[in-house]
Amino acid sequence: MKSTADLRAFQRVMMGALVRPLGSATAAGAGFIKPNSRLTALERLEIYHRMYWFRLIDSVTDDSPGLASLLGEAKFDRLVRAYLAKYPSQSFTLRNLCARLAPFIREEPRWTAPHTALAHAVARFEWAQTVAYDGEERPLLAPAAIAGVPPARLRLVLQPCLSLLALDFPVDDFVMAVRQRDTLRAEASNAPAGAARRRVRRVAPPGRGRIYVAVFRVRGRLHYLRLAPAGFRILEAIRAGRSLAEAVAAGGRVRPAQVEEWFATWMKFGWFGTAAPRARSGSPLP
Amino acid sequence: MPANRFNGHTSHGIGIGLRVPHYAHILEQRPVVGWFEIISENFMVDGGRPLEILDRILEQYHVVQHGVSMYFGSADKPDRAHLKKLKQLVRRTRTPWVSDHLCWGSVDGTYTHDLLPMPYTFAAARRTAEKIRQVRDFLGVPICVENVSSYAEFHVSEMTEWEFLTEVVEQADCGILLDVNNIYVSSQNHGFDPYDYLNGIPAERVGQMHVAGHTRFEKYILDTHDHPVLDPVWKLYAHATRRCGVTATLLEWDDKIPSFDEVHHEALKANEFIADAGEDFNRKIGKVGKNPDSPSRSSRPSC
Repeated sequence: MKSTADLRAFQRVMMGALVRPLGSATAAGAGFIKPNSRLTALERLEIYHRMYWFRLIDSVTDDSPGLASLLGEAKFDRLVRAYLAKYPSQSFTLRNLCARLAPFIREEPRWTAPHTALAHAVARFEWAQTVAYDGEERPLLAPAAIAGVPPARLRLVLQPCLSLLALDFPVDDFVMAVRQRDTLRAEASNAPAGAARRRVRRVAPPGRGRIYVAVFRVRGRLHYLRLAPAGFRILEAIRAGRSLAEAVAAGGRVRPAQVEEWFATWMKFGWFGTAAPRARSGSPLP
Repeated sequence: MPANRFNGHTSHGIGIGLRVPHYAHILEQRPVVGWFEIISENFMVDGGRPLEILDRILEQYHVVQHGVSMYFGSADKPDRAHLKKLKQLVRRTRTPWVSDHLCWGSVDGTYTHDLLPMPYTFAAARRTAEKIRQVRDFLGVPICVENVSSYAEFHVSEMTEWEFLTEVVEQADCGILLDVNNIYVSSQNHGFDPYDYLNGIPAERVGQMHVAGHTRFEKYILDTHDHPVLDPVWKLYAHATRRCGVTATLLEWDDKIPSFDEVHHEALKANEFIADAGEDFNRKIGKVGKNPDSPSRSSRPSC
């Protein structure tokens, strides 16, 4: 090994050996590893191979208790393995590990059939919880800042940590029933995973039923709120950058008093923030 | 070293890792603790409860950042988004130094979230040192790199682990977070004398130490962080402290986490081992304030 290119080549081979499916018999990376008097090269590699998979499966399980409950341990395990094989982590933090899980469920329905639609809804709701938990929250919009601005010119900004979901199943109550306590994902220093696998809590799955729901946080705690279809349309339009007048029009025929009441509630929950500052460029980075 | 340029000239004493199950106790009871080490990645978020908790902790305690995903040893360049978030956190915590591991864990943008051992080659040492310097210059705080526990060795290695560690930190001119438990675990897994390791590193560069528990299996030891510190590790710690001086020390307990008081009590056991060691070290350095084990070096204000 004489160069960074050699180091990269070495690391690519080792990475290939680690991310290969659990149970695979051979791995090219074992050729790099010295055996000792107690373990073969492959056995030493397998320590890391298993830790890789257990750590990531545990992390997805922590963030997806509703999906695990819906599918049961064995089926959920197969889903997660297939997901991670197709979409290994591309982020420095485990927080983002489930970002593509809902789209994956749609892409490969065989892992969740015959509950694919419900599983997709649950995965979307649980990802929204992750976003709500530690996503960005802009400073609250002060009513004085928009006083006097005509509705046709006023463009409000929804909090980035607020998710708006239209779902074909009432998964909000289902997930909350599964997630009895406010679990927190946390990365540990140098500690291996897999020593204590999580137990999956089973709750009866919901039947089909259209809901509109907002997932958000208030003072650090997760909340969800069912929305009327018209309210959902108004908020979607605001998120799309439409003016307040356009957004209210998108809601359809709704009593003005009802719209006022909704906005009062949304303001109370802090759903409107100030606009994000423009990104600056030019900071020196390696 | 009690205080040196690698730990921001601080003397933090004995600390413990800030962990979720202890949040309520710490915020309500406000126990006296030397300092808390946080896992940087748990707080490199855009908002929410993690940062609210952190801000409340920062109001009352010294906090030092410890990372698990910078991967100094990965061939890839440092990730731009990662560095920017880390710098934001450094500004928030005012950490006197930042530590992360002497390992790799990602390639071509794919992350293992593990701390993988390095091939101990000169080419790998050069690349690793270069990345440490880049990260340090961007963050503007001293860096300490931590030796990891390992379960595999590579045919391609050209030196011992402690020679590799020394090569890297000398080239990068950075500090060492000496994990005594990791030395013990690796010594058992690879069959070397852990005291050779301790005696082979540049003691004057040690800015912090870690102690932790591990688990012995039939054919290897795993660094589980789910037990009290075992006697052989405390003995190594005492030796490390005699060699390096009384250094900021942190107990890691990451799984099967007991009560705050139990973890804190375990951490404070370090005092039993550093009292004599500190006297030995002071006798060694005498009046000139230099470690005779180490070559003479000029002091710079920051790492």
